Amino acid sequence: MPDAAPGDAGEPPRPIEGEHLGMPLAINVLDAPNREFFGHCARRDFHLQRCLDCDLVEYPPRAACMWCGGSRLEWAPVEGRGAVYSYTEVVHAIQPALRQVAPYLILMVELDTQRGRPGSDDGVRVTGNLVTADAEYAPPELVAQVGIGSRMRMVYRDAGEGIALPMWTLDEAADQPVPWRYPE
Amino acid sequence: MGAIEVGLCHTVVVFRAMNGYTEMRIGGTGRRARSALSGDRLHAAPYGWFSAGQSFAPAFMRHMYEYGTTPRQVAHVKMAHSRHASQNPKAYYKQRVSVDDVLESRWICKPLHLLDCCVETDNSTAIIVTSVERAYDMRHTPARILGVVGRCSKPGNDTQMSYEHGRITTIGADYAAPRLWSSAGVGPEDVDVSASYDAFTFTAMMQLEAYGFCAKGEGGAYVSSGDIQLGGKRPNNTSGGHLCEGYTHGMNMVIENVRQLRGRIDDYCPLDESRGDGARHHSYDYETPGACRQVRDVNITANLGWATPATASALVMRKG
Repeated sequence: MPDAAPGDAGEPPRPIEGEHLGMPLAINVLDAPNREFFGHCARRDFHLQRCLDCDLVEYPPRAACMWCGGSRLEWAPVEGRGAVYSYTEVVHAIQPALRQVAPYLILMVELDTQRGRPGSDDGVRVTGNLVTADAEYAPPELVAQVGIGSRMRMVYRDAGEGIALPMWTLDEAADQPVPWRYPE
Repeated sequence: MGAIEVGLCHTVVVFRAMNGYTEMRIGGTGRRARSALSGDRLHAAPYGWFSAGQSFAPAFMRHMYEYGTTPRQVAHVKMAHSRHASQNPKAYYKQRVSVDDVLESRWICKPLHLLDCCVETDNSTAIIVTSVERAYDMRHTPARILGVVGRCSKPGNDTQMSYEHGRITTIGADYAAPRLWSSAGVGPEDVDVSASYDAFTFTAMMQLEAYGFCAKGEGGAYVSSGDIQLGGKRPNNTSGGHLCEGYTHGMNMVIENVRQLRGRIDDYCPLDESRGDGARHHSYDYETPGACRQVRDVNITANLGWATPATASALVMRKG
């Protein structure tokens, strides 16, 4: 598997270090799947691992195929679009770093890619927070608009050199259904 | 149980001791919060997807979406367990609460209000398991283990709790249930007292449904029907459970069911001094707080354990 570590050829790879809302992030030199995944996000070019045996993609990245156990994986470009499969709205943040953005949404977005495969109820569900189009945490009035079924597109929030976090924002180009939300 | 049956050992102590309040908070604050986030945690923790409630909440929300389960229905779990705790001198929270109290308590993360969540406690528990022959030489009526399932998982449970596999409302217990009932030789209709893991009101509800105490999708109706209360058809977590007695990773509910099977519940009823074995003159008054929580004629109990939406363990016991 290619190594996306920064630096000249021949130089030993270095850990990737980042920071998100003040929380330190680290990807060690041996964690090739996460170096690739977050490196692609830093280049605004979402990729997932695809299995050469069963042709399915998987999320989160890992050492083998989650569907068939195959170990021959390649990185494939995947469109960052889908619909909210489920979510929670966190009002009482546990981590001190997240208190500054509460209430925040954690979205589980089912990608259009591979929806209903391999089983009719399966899907690739990618986690992210609800953010604005420029990747700032969503204000309360935007939080109130999103629920199960909302059409989303991926945006990226830089967290350091070689690492950006995928996030979700409302897809302005899509017809938005009336989402299902927790009944207030 | 298997190790004893094949003769590898005679007697085993299973214990759980934790300073869940003063030291190691499940939410991961304190010491754990200071290290850099790495590995698989990079796909959850930076998003504030971290504590047990935050991690499980998408499955709870999806249950409401798919089946029309309401917060009011599920709040009945806390109401029922608080009534049970009012009969337990050792419960951490003995105060009875209403369904409205739950719904009006402050938000943690939707759909979980404060009172939908259990209480982290410092505690220790132990269970002694031995052979059936030896158990009959002991002082108390044995609680015989009929069947077990240990750490049964959904497929693909290496990261993110199998949230990519099938419906997220299909949980580890859906896979464990057929194994449990076939190994125990009884079914949910035979169970007198249940103990469904109530880290949250929703976990208790989803597991009762998955193990077949009601049809799939009808967990909300089941827990709000009165059946799970003392005096109902099949009381659940008669000690008050994690929501009210204390949080010990399910061990306290196993102990409670052993007590129910023995008829030796340690409630507020007066001791039968003539016996000297912990027997009480039970009143079976469940309405008055500070009274009784012994269930009449308990023969079979079920413990339904939850690790995550993807992983379950379970235990069925019989009197004698």
